[in-house]
Amino acid sequence: MGRIWKLGDNINTDVIIPGRYNVTTDRAQLAKYCLCEILPEFAQQVRPGDIIVAGHNFGCGSSREHAPAAIQASGVKAVIARSFARIFYRNAINIGLPVLICEEAVLNSEDGQEAEVELEQGLITNLTTGQRFQAQPLPPFIARIVEAGGIIEYIRREGTLR
Amino acid sequence: MGTLAEEIFSYKLGRPVNAGEIVIVDVDHVMSHDTTSPLAIQAFRKLTGERGGRVFDPARAHIVFDHIVPAATVAAATLQRDIRGFAREQGIQILQEGICHQVMPERGFVAPGEIIVGADSHTCTYGALGAFATGMGSTDIGVAYATGRSWFRVPETINVRLTGQLQPGVYVKDVTLELVRRIGVDGANYRALEYSGPLVEALSVSERFTLCNMAIEMGAKTGLVAPDATTEAWLRGRVNRSYPMLQPQNPRYERVVEVDVSELSPLVACPPDVNNVVPVEQVEHIQIDQVFLGTCTNGRLDDLAIAASILRGRTIHPTTRMVVIPASREVYLEALRLGYIETFIQAGASVGTPGCGPCIGRHFGVLGPGERALTTMNRNFTGRMGDPTAEIYLGSPATVAATAITGHITDPRQFLA
Repeated sequence: MGRIWKLGDNINTDVIIPGRYNVTTDRAQLAKYCLCEILPEFAQQVRPGDIIVAGHNFGCGSSREHAPAAIQASGVKAVIARSFARIFYRNAINIGLPVLICEEAVLNSEDGQEAEVELEQGLITNLTTGQRFQAQPLPPFIARIVEAGGIIEYIRREGTLR
Repeated sequence: MGTLAEEIFSYKLGRPVNAGEIVIVDVDHVMSHDTTSPLAIQAFRKLTGERGGRVFDPARAHIVFDHIVPAATVAAATLQRDIRGFAREQGIQILQEGICHQVMPERGFVAPGEIIVGADSHTCTYGALGAFATGMGSTDIGVAYATGRSWFRVPETINVRLTGQLQPGVYVKDVTLELVRRIGVDGANYRALEYSGPLVEALSVSERFTLCNMAIEMGAKTGLVAPDATTEAWLRGRVNRSYPMLQPQNPRYERVVEVDVSELSPLVACPPDVNNVVPVEQVEHIQIDQVFLGTCTNGRLDDLAIAASILRGRTIHPTTRMVVIPASREVYLEALRLGYIETFIQAGASVGTPGCGPCIGRHFGVLGPGERALTTMNRNFTGRMGDPTAEIYLGSPATVAATAITGHITDPRQFLA
């Protein structure tokens, strides 16, 4: 269970982790500047288990994997959006950051509410209102990558990319 | 039978594939740059074990240093040192001679019908040569370095059909901004954009690069132009291997967006999203602290030629500064020979080493609080060029050059002879 951080449409990778702070592979360092352009208090106040809820096209812009890595390192359990930009979505799945598409959950969430996500079933519960939502199921191939914990773990398990 | 994207995947797999299928294919070239290589190397090591893993083919693995060159900070220099170590170990050549998206085609690493993955979102630029090229994150690229393969969902295609004639002072950059305005910043999400029509057929390869470069600004997986005689002429002397001139065959497009460019005027994208596009007349009063000519969108020879023709014999406004960065060493040398660089320097511009420059806000012209820039870049996101309160406007090389002279956003048509 965690706090909902509600964001709008078209949250781009430059505001998730600005280019001037992504010259590192240190994930804790990335987390320190996560979302700093639009939510300066986020890095200080975010707690493990918190959930980002956003509108359309979350993660648009650059291919920097530092963006999902920064969110993951900040302790966020999942990102729920109406839609994701393609590269961010793929990056998140590859590194094991849960990303769920659920229009209804987004439309019925407010910043600061509490929510719980059951990842295996794609079930989202808004604990403040008691409403429950079902996220879109993943295509089978992508579901197998998620289940393995990321693309590296998937390939190791399968022995090859197939 | 299919769109150009479907034709390329069908050719690669030796069987017909359709949009929506998830396929695993051998890729022809893999690219990463100085910012995305460190995480790609981490993923590569994680997959292959700490030592002993080999890249699939060092001659088809490319590392380009362009984002912070020469290194501006100890942190950047340290990462670049470590990447050099990896490249030495693997026998990969590091190219430090310009922006990856200019250097890859110039060096002949892009040919029609090939599949190219790069750890940079603007990898879609290479579709201008009829290759299927797309940006991915570092982990995907680490996997491709190790296996020579990647997975794709074969995209649906939106056909962008361009007709009509560009008016004087209006350029392909203006057309791309108009397309982002019409299609939206996610209107082509997960899809391919296939550009066609009489205008596209008449465009140079450089102009096609500008067009395809900004496909990602509409969310697209790639932008594509079917290869033709113009493509072949450009590739001569760069690509010696044979390549298939794949064309769309009775394609089924998700939709067709038809634009007659004849009525377009110069356009400007206002911060903080690329689809905030207005005719230049609407924003002419806005004072500009810095203009920037360069990037993978508009840092090529024809872009510099347009700007130089406006700036020749003139000086930039005292309240405005100008940064010029040629997209590659090849472009830089040719611009020197043709006198463009001298024109820029005499006008008062700072000319930088080929690379990304201030486009990612790390060096060579970052913006201070509250400052405004007009640039030939592809993104105007908050904080991209430095301080988050700075504002970025996007326009063509001509609009940038005209603005440099007056100090406020200016319609370039008043400077045309």
